[in-house]
Amino acid sequence: MSALNIKKGSTSHSAYDLRSGSTEIEESHTLAVIVENEPGVLARVIGLFSGRGYNIDTLNVGPTHDPKMSRMTIVTRGDDSTIEQIVKQLNKLVNVLEVQDFRDADYVDRELVLVKVKVDSKTRAEVMQITDIFRAKIVDVQPTSLTIEITGNESKVEKFLELMSNFGVAGLTRTGKVALPRK
Amino acid sequence: MSKQMTGAQMVIQALKDQGVEIVFGYPGGAVLPIYDEIFQQNDIRHVLVRHEQGAVHMAEGYARSTGKPGVALVTSGPGATNAVTGLTDALMDSIPIVVLTGQVPTFMIGTDGFQEADTVGITRPCTKMNWLVKDTANLADTIHQAFHVATHGRPGPVLIDIPKDVQFATAEYVPAEKAKISHYQPRTAGDPAQIARLVELMESAERPIIYSGGGVINSGPRASQLLRELVAETNFPITSTLMGLGSYPASGKNWVGMLGMHGLYEANLAMHGCDVMINIGARFDDRITGRVKDFSPKSKKAHIDIDPSSINKVIRVDVPIVGDVTEVLEELLRQWRARGSKTDQRGLSQWWKQIDEWRAVKCLTYKPSTTTIKPQYALERLEALTKGMDRYITTEVGQHQMWAAQYLGFEDPNRWMTSGGLGTMGYGLPASIGVQVAHPESLVINVAGEASWLMNMQEMGTAMQFRAPVKQFILNNERLGMVRQWQELLHGERYSSSWSESLPDFVKLAEAFGCKGIKCSDPKDLDDAIMEMIRYDGPVIFDCLVEKHENCFPMIPSGKPHNEMLLSADADAFKSGAVLV
Ligand SMILES: Cc1ncc(C[n+]2csc(CCOP(=O)(O)OP(=O)(O)O)c2C)c(N)n1
Ligand SMILES: [Mg+2]
Repeated sequence: MSALNIKKGSTSHSAYDLRSGSTEIEESHTLAVIVENEPGVLARVIGLFSGRGYNIDTLNVGPTHDPKMSRMTIVTRGDDSTIEQIVKQLNKLVNVLEVQDFRDADYVDRELVLVKVKVDSKTRAEVMQITDIFRAKIVDVQPTSLTIEITGNESKVEKFLELMSNFGVAGLTRTGKVALPRK
Repeated sequence: MSKQMTGAQMVIQALKDQGVEIVFGYPGGAVLPIYDEIFQQNDIRHVLVRHEQGAVHMAEGYARSTGKPGVALVTSGPGATNAVTGLTDALMDSIPIVVLTGQVPTFMIGTDGFQEADTVGITRPCTKMNWLVKDTANLADTIHQAFHVATHGRPGPVLIDIPKDVQFATAEYVPAEKAKISHYQPRTAGDPAQIARLVELMESAERPIIYSGGGVINSGPRASQLLRELVAETNFPITSTLMGLGSYPASGKNWVGMLGMHGLYEANLAMHGCDVMINIGARFDDRITGRVKDFSPKSKKAHIDIDPSSINKVIRVDVPIVGDVTEVLEELLRQWRARGSKTDQRGLSQWWKQIDEWRAVKCLTYKPSTTTIKPQYALERLEALTKGMDRYITTEVGQHQMWAAQYLGFEDPNRWMTSGGLGTMGYGLPASIGVQVAHPESLVINVAGEASWLMNMQEMGTAMQFRAPVKQFILNNERLGMVRQWQELLHGERYSSSWSESLPDFVKLAEAFGCKGIKCSDPKDLDDAIMEMIRYDGPVIFDCLVEKHENCFPMIPSGKPHNEMLLSADADAFKSGAVLV
């Protein structure tokens, strides 16, 4: 039999159906994952994300009121069907006890950021003033920098960081979002 | 009444408590205490393999043919890494197996000790769950949990990594009934409201199709029984994936054959043209769907699966039903009967007429030969000569595997063992031994390709040692046939590294192992040779020299929809031509 005369570079050469990427809109989602506090759990959850090609924007892990359980707060991105799969795949893990999808639920969320801002005699006062307005806290003072702690929801933190970037940021660390449902 | 014992003794006791009779394994420094205990008892039989991959595939073959979890025991480091392919295979095909690995002593973990590997790290993505046990007091409990996890919900492989000091140390044994009941209790009953929606869909269906998969087999023999009742009461046509063969009998009148990339013409067209699709325990694998966008465009789809993540993963469905196939079919039939449900007789008879027209194409027709053995012919003869026998079939991976699925008929579940999801060459020989050990009196045949077979041929030693009279039926085309076929059709006939060069003389190889070798190259001798193989009381390596350049059809080139199927290399073999659109 003669070959099928498929043009070079055509996807028909593949053993798979090569699709172009999803055209659905990607949105940011916050998930809380309650897991058994056992070795390897974090690795399993992270491995799930990397192995299946899901995104992690931020990840926070810590114990809950029950020392046998930990709560992970994960901010991820994806279209609706990807998020649906992420939730299902998380639920499938043996040591995952519960997945809270904050898509529709009412929840509170906070993030803590430490930011080291460059200052000089001219800008110091202005930085301190903005810090005050945002109810942020100065936690360290150096001749050429201030380290500021800010806690808040995403929009507050982002706004503050945007303002600080005008002065020059010398260092930054963030905890990633933590979230709890209101009810 | 507390019972103190060493970790090694706990392993044996826990396996006994779990009803384990056979362990496939290979010793090494890190599991010597367990081997010492194996030596001192007679309840559990140990089958010494020749390579740890073989042990895991044997455990798979055992599990798939019995419905019970298979168990493998290997040492740390290389023993564990050799088990990785088998674990991944079992994960992809949802096979319940429990693999025990030895590990360096706890105080050495992290020091790059001799034969240390991060086994739980390496195997995390290829197990359903795994554990490193650091304290003997937790060992028995963990083993019981491991069996629970492997066999509940969607079955799969689990692994327990046991450091050597944990095997030596002493603690109290936790019996199975006292083990910490895992919170892991997946839902098995389907939602009756969703099932009611499916019943309504079935009543209104004009062109229905049942598409069943490996989940029916995993659910147990009762699921197959219920499936047969469902088909009998509705007169719906039924197709199945590679993994689901045997849940509905091949001789059943509603059987339209396997579907998918090398599935039957009638099965794929029925999937494409149906108006109601009932997926029972299958997962819309890409070898099944072809181009997702064009998959069965006009149908309403119901999907029964124990794994919620399978639902809407690839194909969005209208009626999702999460549950165990047995329980869901039980409820489905109950509702169907209680409502006095009727099918659309007129629609259905039209539909059957259409299917019969497709069947009349006889897509499995091939050009016969009187001089060379066509692989299809070899399988037709194997089928004819073993039909009705107490027979189990395993396969390797390649063209022969697809031909076996097409030309052999499976009447019952658990009779067909093949590597579907991972497509592991080297699966079939060890799997056949695992099956044979579980069913010593049955006829177990591995339908193999010569290239795949060589990947784990060392296991013939195991077959000899443990008197497993497995029949290795090698369709020897001296090619990596499936690769060659793709190169012929899709890569301009550039046969890059797809020839099996320097093959051994299989008959001499059989003699070297001490078993029987048979070679056959003439179609006229084939029946006698097959009978000789069947009658021989011991393992046989059957070198069946077949046509080298035969292609496996039908074929849906991937990325194509179901209605674009290649039927034959030979355009005039079919009135409708080579490519049907
Ligand atoms: C471990 C592994 N390596 C590579 C492949 C890719 N592969 C699929 S089929 C095939 C050829 C198999 O040849 P053979 O066993 O002789 O079977 P045939 O197709 O000739 O019947 C290969 C290399 C695979 N499936 N598994
Ligand atoms: Mg071959």
